[in-house]
Amino acid sequence: MSVLSVGDLHVTYRTKGGDVPAVRGVSFDIDKGHVLGLAGESGCGKSTIAGAILRLHSPKTKIEGNVIIDGQDVLSLKPGRLRAVRWTGASIIFQGALHALNPVRRVGDQIVEAITVHKLAGEREARVRTAELLEEVGLPARRIDDYPHELSGGQKQRVMIAMALACNPSLVIADEPTTALDVMVQAQVLQLLKSLQRELGLAMLFITHDLSVLVEVADRIAIMYAGQIIEEGPAEHVFHDPAHPYTKALAGAFPAIGDARFRGKPAGLGGDPPDPQHVPSGCPFHPRCPEAIAVCPTLDVELWTAGEDRRAACVHVSGAPVLSESRE
Amino acid sequence: MITSPHQPDDLTVGTEAAPPPAPRDPKKIKWLRRKRALAGFWLVYRQSKMGMVGLILLVTFIFLALAAPLLVSRTDLGVSDPPGAPFLRPSGEFPLGTDDFGRSVLDLVIYGSRISLIVGFAATVMTMTVGAAVGIIGGYYGGKTDTLMNALTNWFLVIPWIPLAIVLASILGRSLFNTILVIGLTSWAGTARLVRADTLSVKERPYVERARALGASNWHLVSRHILPNVMPVIFANTVLTVALSILAETTLSLLGLGDPSSISWGGVIFDAFDAGALSAGLWWWLIPPGICICLVTLAFTMCGYALDEVLNPKIRER
Repeated sequence: MSVLSVGDLHVTYRTKGGDVPAVRGVSFDIDKGHVLGLAGESGCGKSTIAGAILRLHSPKTKIEGNVIIDGQDVLSLKPGRLRAVRWTGASIIFQGALHALNPVRRVGDQIVEAITVHKLAGEREARVRTAELLEEVGLPARRIDDYPHELSGGQKQRVMIAMALACNPSLVIADEPTTALDVMVQAQVLQLLKSLQRELGLAMLFITHDLSVLVEVADRIAIMYAGQIIEEGPAEHVFHDPAHPYTKALAGAFPAIGDARFRGKPAGLGGDPPDPQHVPSGCPFHPRCPEAIAVCPTLDVELWTAGEDRRAACVHVSGAPVLSESRE
Repeated sequence: MITSPHQPDDLTVGTEAAPPPAPRDPKKIKWLRRKRALAGFWLVYRQSKMGMVGLILLVTFIFLALAAPLLVSRTDLGVSDPPGAPFLRPSGEFPLGTDDFGRSVLDLVIYGSRISLIVGFAATVMTMTVGAAVGIIGGYYGGKTDTLMNALTNWFLVIPWIPLAIVLASILGRSLFNTILVIGLTSWAGTARLVRADTLSVKERPYVERARALGASNWHLVSRHILPNVMPVIFANTVLTVALSILAETTLSLLGLGDPSSISWGGVIFDAFDAGALSAGLWWWLIPPGICICLVTLAFTMCGYALDEVLNPKIRER
């Protein structure tokens, strides 16, 4: 059984300017010991999914579909049960660790908090466990009594990782864990996350806008566009041989150093991500797509088979039913 | 991307790290921390001249209030068997003269400090508790709760406090407890406003969301994350509120709404005023309690400013 199973998830923000469908029918599963990478531009709904999994959105936000963590449907849980599932079932490494720590409380106390809130241990035991966790993420245990401002960005992110592991969750959601860190520290944090994930056999949902990061960390990658998954498959294949034109553009945006083809030609993608309130008809990517054909603005795309163990939502993939018709 | 796994970390990694300190008793650790924090606080506070003057004044008055029963015999304050003749000018025996009954004004002033300080502190505790509770509940829960709390706050904010206090004091009766209650009830609104505004900003910070994701309850979020971050606002407000409460007590006493059986500075001024001390030129009866009120209020205000400077490093002079 998979640790996390998301089925046909819809998340709609209700704003004064009308409803904003940020996530429109997303499904995926993550098994124990596996890492799913979720990538896409800003505003495509990645972090919204992370929030929906633990139901962190305001009560006004409409969430439909199902989110099953360890056999429990999170979206139908009563508040008390929901609180129990938070952090023990799934924990989050938030983006921007610099702000996710309370500045007036010691970092150790904030990790202890995670353990004692769930009554997993008394305060004394929780402190021992916290010291171990800090060592585990490469921080000296004496840092337990430091305030967040006494730590560097990378150290704070380590604290967040230690905190995410505090209650032995079966799933860890890493929501852009390396943004706002410099490249060197970023590499170290990724290394740490990957090794901890392997060691503890965690299921992990890794959210980022940086495809190259995902290739290192994830087993499978799902690419999001306008609130939907538009391509999904094994990490290596999706990155090196993208099927969807959007994925191609994303992958092309990272020049391979030393590759003559990239010299002086930074590849980018024109246009802006679509306004979630006015998503284009048919394939939502068609206005920006370099490979769009006549049927794209009207064709309702879904994830079709695109090679072995891969799926993509594009008319050009082999599994697309319309392709044969349009060739005739 | 990940090409340098052996690069030294951006921090101290296991190699040079001291062995994990044997985690001691958490209570002991907390106590040690507090002691250290207090010592650091004192070091900064000491540098403020204004704060030190205020503190010395305050300690003097508090000492006076505590030691009053030792300095003044209670029987000397009775009207039936006063120690001197009425309206005596200041002299060696009565350094501040006597009142209309022949009681020593100095004794009255010393004893009066007790009531003034008690009322000041007690009313402030009430103001802060009610103000913080209303502000945090409204700000944190938002929606209808906030509307309700806000309406309540605004209501108390716009009501002119003296008429309300007069009405309340006359309904509830003249006693020490009622004086405290009246002052507390009429002065929490400003605090609630400040606290609500701060709560609104704190509750949107990412660490509050993180704590919620952690499975924390509302109570936990409020008590462990919101309150500690709102505390400086409440605290800085407290010291100034004490001064205002003492003034309020004086005002009520002066209007004849204080507890008639207890001696307070406001009460002494009221008696003097009532007996026509102003037109009779009995300055020794009127001025000393007035000066005491000024000094205590000033002392609290000075301490308040100094505290603000300590707690808010942005305005601290280097």
